[in-house]
Amino acid sequence: MVEELRGSFASGKTRSYEWRASQLKGIIKLADEHEQEIVQALRSDLSKPEMEAYVQEIGMLKNSCTVTLKELKHWMTPEKVKTSLITYPSSAEIVSEPLGVVLVISAWNYPFLLSLDPVIGAIAAGNAVVLKPSEISPATSSLLAKLVGEYLDSSAIRVVEGAVAETSALLEQKWDKICYTGNGKVARIVMAAAAKHLTPLLLELGGKCPVVVDSDTNLQVTSRRIIAGKWGCNNGQACISPDYILTTKDFAPKLVDSLKQELETCYGKNQLESKDLSRIVNSNHYTRLIKLLDDEKVAGKIVHGGEKKETELRIAPTILLDVPRDSLIMSEEIFGPLLPIITVDKVEDSFEIINSGTKPLAAYLFTNNKKLKKQFVMSISAGGVVVNDTTLHLAVHTLPFGGVGESGMGAYHGKFSFDAFCHKKAVVYRGFFGDAAIRYPPYTRGKLRLLKAIMGGGIFGIIRALFGWS
Amino acid sequence: METTGEEVEASLVEARQTFKSGHTRSVVWRKKQLEALIQLIHDNEDKIFEALYDDLGKHQAEAYRDEVGVVLKAANYALSNLQKWMAPKRSSIPLLFFPAKGELQPEPLGVVLIFSSWNFPISLTLDPLIGAISAGNTVAVKPSEQAPACSSFLAKYIPLYMDCKAIKVMQGGPQVSENLLQHKWDKIFFTGSPRVGQIVMSAAAKHLTPVTLELGGKCPTILDSLSNPSDMKVAVKRIVGGKWGPCSGQACIGVDYLLVEEKMAPTVIELLKKTIKRFYGQVPIESKSLARIVNKHHFERLCNLLRDPRVANTIIHGGSVDEDNLFMEPTILLDPPVDAEIMSEEIFGPLLPIITLKKIEESVEFIKSRPKPLTIYAFTKDESLKRRIVSETSSGSVVFNDVMIQFLCDTLPFGGVDQSGFGRYHGKYSFDSFSHEKAIMQGSFFPEIEPRYPPWNHFKMKFIRLAYALDYFGLLLHLLGLKR
Repeated sequence: MVEELRGSFASGKTRSYEWRASQLKGIIKLADEHEQEIVQALRSDLSKPEMEAYVQEIGMLKNSCTVTLKELKHWMTPEKVKTSLITYPSSAEIVSEPLGVVLVISAWNYPFLLSLDPVIGAIAAGNAVVLKPSEISPATSSLLAKLVGEYLDSSAIRVVEGAVAETSALLEQKWDKICYTGNGKVARIVMAAAAKHLTPLLLELGGKCPVVVDSDTNLQVTSRRIIAGKWGCNNGQACISPDYILTTKDFAPKLVDSLKQELETCYGKNQLESKDLSRIVNSNHYTRLIKLLDDEKVAGKIVHGGEKKETELRIAPTILLDVPRDSLIMSEEIFGPLLPIITVDKVEDSFEIINSGTKPLAAYLFTNNKKLKKQFVMSISAGGVVVNDTTLHLAVHTLPFGGVGESGMGAYHGKFSFDAFCHKKAVVYRGFFGDAAIRYPPYTRGKLRLLKAIMGGGIFGIIRALFGWS
Repeated sequence: METTGEEVEASLVEARQTFKSGHTRSVVWRKKQLEALIQLIHDNEDKIFEALYDDLGKHQAEAYRDEVGVVLKAANYALSNLQKWMAPKRSSIPLLFFPAKGELQPEPLGVVLIFSSWNFPISLTLDPLIGAISAGNTVAVKPSEQAPACSSFLAKYIPLYMDCKAIKVMQGGPQVSENLLQHKWDKIFFTGSPRVGQIVMSAAAKHLTPVTLELGGKCPTILDSLSNPSDMKVAVKRIVGGKWGPCSGQACIGVDYLLVEEKMAPTVIELLKKTIKRFYGQVPIESKSLARIVNKHHFERLCNLLRDPRVANTIIHGGSVDEDNLFMEPTILLDPPVDAEIMSEEIFGPLLPIITLKKIEESVEFIKSRPKPLTIYAFTKDESLKRRIVSETSSGSVVFNDVMIQFLCDTLPFGGVDQSGFGRYHGKYSFDSFSHEKAIMQGSFFPEIEPRYPPWNHFKMKFIRLAYALDYFGLLLHLLGLKR
């Protein structure tokens, strides 16, 4: 199959603007004409509320295509660059060319968006693509296989379904780039496989995204935005979901009360059964999350929620207060509807706690204090940082979306997607005029002097050297 | 002098502590290190020339042009631009998110590791080092043990001029490299062969360490027929300069082989021979302007390429070697078999195969059917051939009518693609290569957009649809309760 795609790529058909635009339009059409089916598949895989399915997956994807279509011609134009005196006379430009045949491995939590969004970038850059959706979201996976086959050019864009065996087989092949969205463990396997062929990577991983809440903040808006970013995003199963909160001992009770109040406004009194909340994706993850609650170190720390229903794989929005830093729930990415709150004496103390862990995909701060904002932005290293909101930066296509350290490498969205799947080729044009003898042997002292002057770049130095005055 | 395992540990611990202290993030520290590097070179230029002569037999002019000068230029460029590079960049945010602000803040990655190669042992160590320092990282450099004089020079003088709590020089062979690769780094920058590149990347995979790989490849040079004889002379001069000038062919962007039209071959060969004689004299081994082969291993490797009788038959110039002095004279071969090792492996030496084609346009197919090289050189005035080369072939870079100059241009990204590597540096690209570009969004508590929050209903759904379509007018109407 890879051979076939290589053939299609070699034929040059994916390089034309027309082909790329037609495929992008195909994706928009696919999303428009099958919106209900997509919503259904997401409901089947994750019990995702229709609003979330639309807002966070379908709408976002269509927007991504629209932005790309609008800017593509501009992005495809070579970028002229200035050349220096040393290489005079010359002109140069940077040409964006496709890498070839790329592999996109996507995740189960936003199975529609995280499959097609990177594919948009790959197509925009003129590549042929193989998409491997996650088997943990099987309804979406097979819907994608069907729709991509119907709407897009299958000589250059393919979907391969399957689990570990199929993914391993894919990873043995040589790709020109691999984009993987998922966890750090599998990412290491992907990178090791890529190393055999020297394949460059885009890794979108996760991490424990902290939220620091200062007492000097608009409490109601803060709570609402934390809720929207946590339980409003696939019930906490999102890479940029707030994972845990850090706030002062004094402020914590106020924050808890506010969160409780706003949770009721959003999801009613029976939050376990709310239709506006996704369920846990499967029993593996359900068991994993229950274990975090059963940890004796957090016994008695639950201040809200804790209800669960195994048959429906449901866990209610749960808040834990004053969890110890060495508890299970604080040792790995939660990826679920449990929100631990760590209390500190001074809000600045939270910075150390965050920096003592691995770099997360996102970090959040709620405050009105300018100085604190500045400190936070400068000293917290994360893929992205948002002040006074959560998760929103995902929707801003002018910001690169990616991690650092354990949370990943590379970035995408908007033009960053296009760049991620391109090779930026430097092209220099020179004429035959302007050949300096000093470049060539036999080398002499005089040539060395002149060479030094020219490379030093100063016009006076050059004149002096020419006259033998250096 | 090999760096021991304990020394590696201790250095890494100190480098991490230094980075954590925040000391390397100030613009003052970074500038000081760059200035110190410039001072180091100015004060010790002679010693550098000596070391390069010891390791590779490089003439001072070559050493300056390809190593010392390159580093000084890079350091000065970084110094003048550093503050600009460090400053956050405003990002425009769609109106929908008003009044949110967006910006990109570059930040250092942490503790980085640089492996350099033996052919440009000074510049390939110090040029990436400049990038790493400019970006505010602490750094460990591991110069190649195959250029021992330069490695010792760097190990001795870097600590004397630069902050030794932040910049460490490791010395030794494959064992030291292996040891270094066991540890966790925040970035690894590697210049060398694809084979070792694979080893580096596999080791990096264990810690999810991002890497930049600057590898090589067979850089083809297309020589079209040029009607103006003086243009032809200039072209051949540049080709000779691009083949034997940099380290006697041992350069990643050096001319590897030549592609010419059959009918042009005699003229080209004549000109090549003449130019070689003019540059290197009648007896090249006596020329002070030619570098040596770095060591016996590579010398053997190159001799081996010529041992294949099908290849030996095609030597039309040169061919003599001097084992004691590790010297090989400029050698030209005419149409060696394309399946011989000399045409399948990167030569990295003073042997120049000329492949003849019926028509020069065939060169595009020839290059396309082979692994992507670091550079393609083409001497031609034919605009449509130029266009074909740029759009139909893929390589790290393309240079028309000259050689090597893309290396000198700080505004151009220098790096490979596919087997020639990934990632890039030079100029601002060096800074970027060792930075994380952090996206920052500053939101405001006001206005609050209700449709963001559950419980969900039709109004909110409609609102979001209009928002995504960036239909601001429609949004306004919707909010006012009016229909279109």
